[in-house]
Amino acid sequence: MAKISRRQALAGAAAVPLALQGQAALAATPKDTLVVAKQIDDIITLDPAECYELSGIEVATNLYDRLLRYEAEDVTKMVGGVANMPSVSADGKVFTFKLKPNQKFHSGAPVTAEDCAFSLQRVVLLDKTPAFLVTQLGWTKANVKDLVKATAPDTLQFTITESYAPSMVMNLMTSIIASVVEKKIALANEKDGDLGNTWLKTNSAGSGAYKLISWKANESVSMEAYPGFRMGPANLKRVVIRHVAEPQTQRLMVEKGDVDVARDLSADQIKAVRGNKDLRIEDFAGANTWYLGLNMSDERLKNEKVRTAIKMLVDYDGMVNTFLKGQFFVQQSFLPVGFFSAMKYTPFKLDVAKAKALLAEAGYPNGFTIKLASNNSAPGPDIAQSIQQTMGQAGIKVEIVTSDRKTVLGDYRGRKTQMTLMSWGPDYFDPHTNADTFARNTDDSDGAATKPLAWRNHWSIPEISAQTALAAKELDAGKRKAMYEALQKKVTLEGPFVLMFQNVSEVTFRKNVSGFKLGITEDLNFYRTAKKA
Amino acid sequence: MTVARRIAAPLRKIGSLLVSVGLTFLGLTCVTFVIGRVIPIDPVLAIVGDKASNETYERVRLQLGLDQPLLEQYWHYLVKVVHGEFGTSVMTAHPVLDDLLSVFPATLELATLSLVIGVVGGIPLGVYAAVNRGRWQDQLIRFMSLLGYSMPVFWLGLIGLLLFYAKLGWVAGPGRVDVGFDDMVPAVTGLMTIDSLLAGEDEVFWNVLSHLVLPSSILGYLSLAYVARMTRSFMLSQLKQEYILATLAKGLSPFRVVWIHALGNVWVQLVTVIALTFGSLLEGAVLTETVFAWPGLGLYLKNSLFAADLNAVLGGTVLVGVVYIVLNMLSDVVYTLVDPRARGQGT
Repeated sequence: MAKISRRQALAGAAAVPLALQGQAALAATPKDTLVVAKQIDDIITLDPAECYELSGIEVATNLYDRLLRYEAEDVTKMVGGVANMPSVSADGKVFTFKLKPNQKFHSGAPVTAEDCAFSLQRVVLLDKTPAFLVTQLGWTKANVKDLVKATAPDTLQFTITESYAPSMVMNLMTSIIASVVEKKIALANEKDGDLGNTWLKTNSAGSGAYKLISWKANESVSMEAYPGFRMGPANLKRVVIRHVAEPQTQRLMVEKGDVDVARDLSADQIKAVRGNKDLRIEDFAGANTWYLGLNMSDERLKNEKVRTAIKMLVDYDGMVNTFLKGQFFVQQSFLPVGFFSAMKYTPFKLDVAKAKALLAEAGYPNGFTIKLASNNSAPGPDIAQSIQQTMGQAGIKVEIVTSDRKTVLGDYRGRKTQMTLMSWGPDYFDPHTNADTFARNTDDSDGAATKPLAWRNHWSIPEISAQTALAAKELDAGKRKAMYEALQKKVTLEGPFVLMFQNVSEVTFRKNVSGFKLGITEDLNFYRTAKKA
Repeated sequence: MTVARRIAAPLRKIGSLLVSVGLTFLGLTCVTFVIGRVIPIDPVLAIVGDKASNETYERVRLQLGLDQPLLEQYWHYLVKVVHGEFGTSVMTAHPVLDDLLSVFPATLELATLSLVIGVVGGIPLGVYAAVNRGRWQDQLIRFMSLLGYSMPVFWLGLIGLLLFYAKLGWVAGPGRVDVGFDDMVPAVTGLMTIDSLLAGEDEVFWNVLSHLVLPSSILGYLSLAYVARMTRSFMLSQLKQEYILATLAKGLSPFRVVWIHALGNVWVQLVTVIALTFGSLLEGAVLTETVFAWPGLGLYLKNSLFAADLNAVLGGTVLVGVVYIVLNMLSDVVYTLVDPRARGQGT
């Protein structure tokens, strides 16, 4: 082999790239801008008549004003939004809303009752995912224009044909479907009779505290403060939400000061940044209920003693004190704490001896083998493993089947699973939203018109369903509360649900950020109160 | 006769190329379509969400044409694809083609810089290692290549971020540009480095480059490891050839023998390696793009898969296929440039 001098060879290698050193960024966010790192890949539309994804609802909460509101200043009290609190007819069917004066859309056009009527009508006419929230009031494509009307430029009146408690109807009017869209702009951008749906997926036409600058899917949402907002201009001029999929990256960015808020740090990461003097961690109760669905088409799970035994074979406290610490607390009711009439209810604890006795009474002294479907993202697999371990102590051999959440959901909706680890979030701020799914199933056939969670688990409950319907209609708040309390106890003790946890959101802030609080649902996440020192 | 043959030969070549490209494309759409339909994810659920009523679910299922036989669905899909319609993405509400055109430049920018790093570093290192076979320089380069091969890229990305971004502050963090510079430069080419220069925004250019350095260095290192290994192995077989000894005996300098003659003979193989490397980089480095919140093709494909957004998945896969087809064709062209023997073929 020929000898080549080292220098000659190195000369050839001189093209080795020098360490590319660009100009490092100045790690600080602009003073008038709130920069949030969050996983926002769930957003698929920002049209309030279509949007039903958590991040999308949060953004729309800030882009659009709503008929009624729970405001950032007191998220426990329902107040007027675009309209004042309505007057309700004696039979509870006709609701009349007087609009607050001098409100303007981002375009500068006045907010009128016609815009409000149009916004509610288009939810029904478009018939997208959130439409069920208002069609339950008896509104259909055929009748909605007659039932929802502007009777004067500042007066909106609607009639419901089904009986519901006025408080429930009013709560619906605080949800995303009551977002007021500017009719003129929506219709100016109409395509093939879509009432502006295609255009509003990526643009905004509201009167909320912020207007949309851009939504780049899986990248960012940028918003600019609207100076003419009903409650006065927002504290910060701009809000940018950056999609940062990897929590570890979010952590680095918030530590470095490239973002002001990190929303998705894991429990371990939160623990690690707790000592950082530039950061502050705040906990906010969420409204997601984590539960185990027990499909009663399985003979064993049909047996109430077996179901009770299973409820005693979950290490609720053990989990929230270890790997779920800070992220969840034990709540064994289908209503999240913070909702009207929700009880802090925890009748079950891990009790292997009692569970064994119940299994023996039910005819299964040696337990049995059963499958548990769980999604493969945290904390699903950890919870599933804990359940497997504790149930194993009583002889129940749990085979965990993990797959993507959508796959599990598909099987669960098709009633193909035996036990399913799932979570449920409410649709609006009223107990009926959860009662209607956990405690209603009047038709258990495969072709049922609606398929609530009770249906998915083959829990045929005509009597309980009737009580749920009555509670939704009850006008007296005290009586309504008592009815929901009774329902909660019944579902927890007898139902095919091992109700386990309610979630807590742990948010990491830079120290100079204040005033940004997360509500129990995304309808209560307001950016306008955020401040930077 | 001779003239006719001269015309017919290239035509035949072009014809066979078009047929092979067409067949590859057909196979690609068929496989991606079937995979998209048999995976146990419900595309209707992806659109309507968990809480939709039965009527809404059924309406959307019919809209998607999922009630039709698979063959019919494929035919409709193929007709649309040929007309450049990939449908609308559920995830972004935009036509898939628009999405692909907006995310691909981000990946192209990252991949190109990474490839430059990989090639400019990898080839000389490979040559150097081959020349010093068995010595410590060779061992070191082989060790470095092996390391590049074996280290998980997401881990390397996170460690890179921790060290160069969080601790040392040499480079900017995740994303393509700082929030303060967002939307400051109009998208002309989609390549932010070029767009910022076209707009005369120097500050944005430096910021973009600062965001680009770390992910492209990491991907570049992986490419470098591959290119260096392959170059070393090709060069070793060349350096064993008798003509090397002959040229040295004739008095040519060792430098010229190695860098001109020996390296000149491995270019054809290297072009294939480089094209494949570029292809895999252009597929979108899913994990790197995830770690660096880089809005490119890899992240787009990953998100669409997770969202069961089949139009986007199929569109993205077809794009990746087209990239490979184009790169293959380009490699064929480059072969004829670097290898005189290839020029003679077919004539």
